[in-house]
Amino acid sequence: MNTVRICHLYPGELNIYADRGNIAVLRRRLEWRGHRLDVHEVGVGARIPDDADMYYLGGGQDRDQIVVAGDLATTKADALHRAVADGSVILAVCGGYQLAGHGYTGVDGTRMPGIGLLDADTTAGPTRLIGDVVITVEVAGAPLTVVGFENHAGRTTLGPGSVPFGTVRHGHGNNDMDGTEGAMTNRAIGTYLHGPLLPKNPQLADLLLGWALEHATGAQVPLAPLDDALERQAHRAAIARVRERGSA
Amino acid sequence: MTIVPRGPSLVLARGIGALSRGLGRGGGTSVPGRVLLRLRPQAIQELGGGLPRGSLVISATNGKTTTARLIGSCVAATGWRTVSNRAGANLVFGVATALLDGDATRPKPEFGLFEVDEFALPEVVARLAPRVVVLMNLFRDQLDRYGELEAIADSWARMIARLPTSTTLVLNADDPAVAALADDAHPRLFFGIEDPTTALDALPHAADSIRCRVCAHPLEYARVTLGHMGSWRCANCGAARPVLDVAARRVTLSGTTGLDLELSTPVGDISAHIALPGVHNAYNATAATAAAIALGIDRATIGPALASAEAAFGRAERVSVAGREVVLLLAKNPAGANVTVQTVLLDPAPLHLLIALNDRTADGKDVSWIWDVDYEPLIERLGDLVVSGDRAYDMALRFVYAGLDRGRIRIEPDPARALDAALAHLPEDRPLYVLPTYTAMLGLRSILVERGVASAYWDHG
Repeated sequence: MNTVRICHLYPGELNIYADRGNIAVLRRRLEWRGHRLDVHEVGVGARIPDDADMYYLGGGQDRDQIVVAGDLATTKADALHRAVADGSVILAVCGGYQLAGHGYTGVDGTRMPGIGLLDADTTAGPTRLIGDVVITVEVAGAPLTVVGFENHAGRTTLGPGSVPFGTVRHGHGNNDMDGTEGAMTNRAIGTYLHGPLLPKNPQLADLLLGWALEHATGAQVPLAPLDDALERQAHRAAIARVRERGSA
Repeated sequence: MTIVPRGPSLVLARGIGALSRGLGRGGGTSVPGRVLLRLRPQAIQELGGGLPRGSLVISATNGKTTTARLIGSCVAATGWRTVSNRAGANLVFGVATALLDGDATRPKPEFGLFEVDEFALPEVVARLAPRVVVLMNLFRDQLDRYGELEAIADSWARMIARLPTSTTLVLNADDPAVAALADDAHPRLFFGIEDPTTALDALPHAADSIRCRVCAHPLEYARVTLGHMGSWRCANCGAARPVLDVAARRVTLSGTTGLDLELSTPVGDISAHIALPGVHNAYNATAATAAAIALGIDRATIGPALASAEAAFGRAERVSVAGREVVLLLAKNPAGANVTVQTVLLDPAPLHLLIALNDRTADGKDVSWIWDVDYEPLIERLGDLVVSGDRAYDMALRFVYAGLDRGRIRIEPDPARALDAALAHLPEDRPLYVLPTYTAMLGLRSILVERGVASAYWDHG
């Protein structure tokens, strides 16, 4: 049995898109294989270790994100930078993705600084980009289809320090222009996909767990296959919904 | 733009509405109003302004329809002839259609009672200039359509700043975002629940307004009753839950069938048995009492009128199907679903559940909210679970990751088959609790209507 330690950052502030669903999936998929997840919830003001196996940042309402942005820079940014360099896994979703980049410029020009874990920068657009999303992710050898839902006003563009997390097949992605979705540097991932992300994408969940176990143990830990029939059905239903609605 | 004179506008809009209903094309609740406002943009002001007893508008994320029904019962008991919109037709066009239809009845209505969508509220209120505005709660709901809570609260604050000073505000003191809407310009009544036995152990996960509206500092709660509602204060700026004008001093929940309420009010104490279950209906009845008092309705009328009100369409509505009882409990967002889960848990026997999740426009296309609902306490109380709807597999996964054995979940995306599957496993003396999203509720209800066990949409007031 191995234990994966995850820092869930700001669960009280950044939780608007059912982020705890992602944590539940990580926990159960470890437990079903005889491992365990140790969740360390960290709020405003507290410092964090730089050696956790995983860090999770969700999305919040605008007011909460402003509170979090200041705290992230002062009490957590340094540890997160060291953790990314050391191969810890970071999953930052929606608002958390924007904060993990360089920052967010609002419609009125105000700037909310991010912490630059990802080479991504975000500017508010004139409309919200909302709807089902299907992307192809190529970080695991074979291409992986990932489904989710997006709802963001920000348009994100990537610099050379990050690669896109995925390629948009349906939906808007980073900026509705260049066909990219999300950003990745080392094992730090930012994405607009919620739904939540992991329940309907079990292969992605296992990819992240494999990385986290590798960080925890210093070796590759094989993950036993699970009965994912329901997960695959839900995944297929989400893709069928995109086709029915014809949203692209 | 040409403005058509009033008389011809009404006749034309009515004619087109009759045509639309006659063709069975649906839209009977919005098309006439849409036509009317196209021909005569000031029609709501004119028809609403012509009601001698004025109007009342109610809005909330949860509880609009039931509370409008409870207020309607009080108003009917007073004898006022009332025009109201139908549940679901709660945008500007729905209100216009109701006024248009009301204007054609003889004798003409005296009073307007309208439940209005949170987003459409500022426009409806600006046109109607109601006597009373009832604001009950703001919860996370359909984020894909509406953006976030703060934006709605801000739009309500701007709306109130423009209201005539003669309008009375009826505000939920227990919801920090709603209580903060009070200003010095308008008369107001604060309502809330004072009974400490209604307290939850902790803030539910889905709690929304946990920061102060004034200074953004995290709020402290002496007591939480539902979602983020309860007895709150801000240690930083001193903002706190206002003193209640209409207070539910005692709330006694009687299982899944009803509740007893003892209220303190400015006009004296009121007691009532409400034939609707759960603490959310205690809020609805308390809000309705405050609204009735704001309208000047006699104290002695209110209790019996609340007691005689029946469940609204799909909201704790009970239907008998082949000798079995089916209870429809609309559950369309985290706060509503949480309180529905808490309500069915009041039934001590093993629970037979049909949970139906759709993701159509009226439901919200983003189904991530189900992960914010605390379904976990249901697992050890479960007799049988059928999941249904467009996103049945998402709901099944929610229970799998809550810890329910995969083999115990029966999945029937088709609603008629799901209903049959659930009824087939239902013991004779047990009710089936159906927890549908909005369009899933409409779908299941139309199946019940086809089977002759529920009354059709048009029969429902």
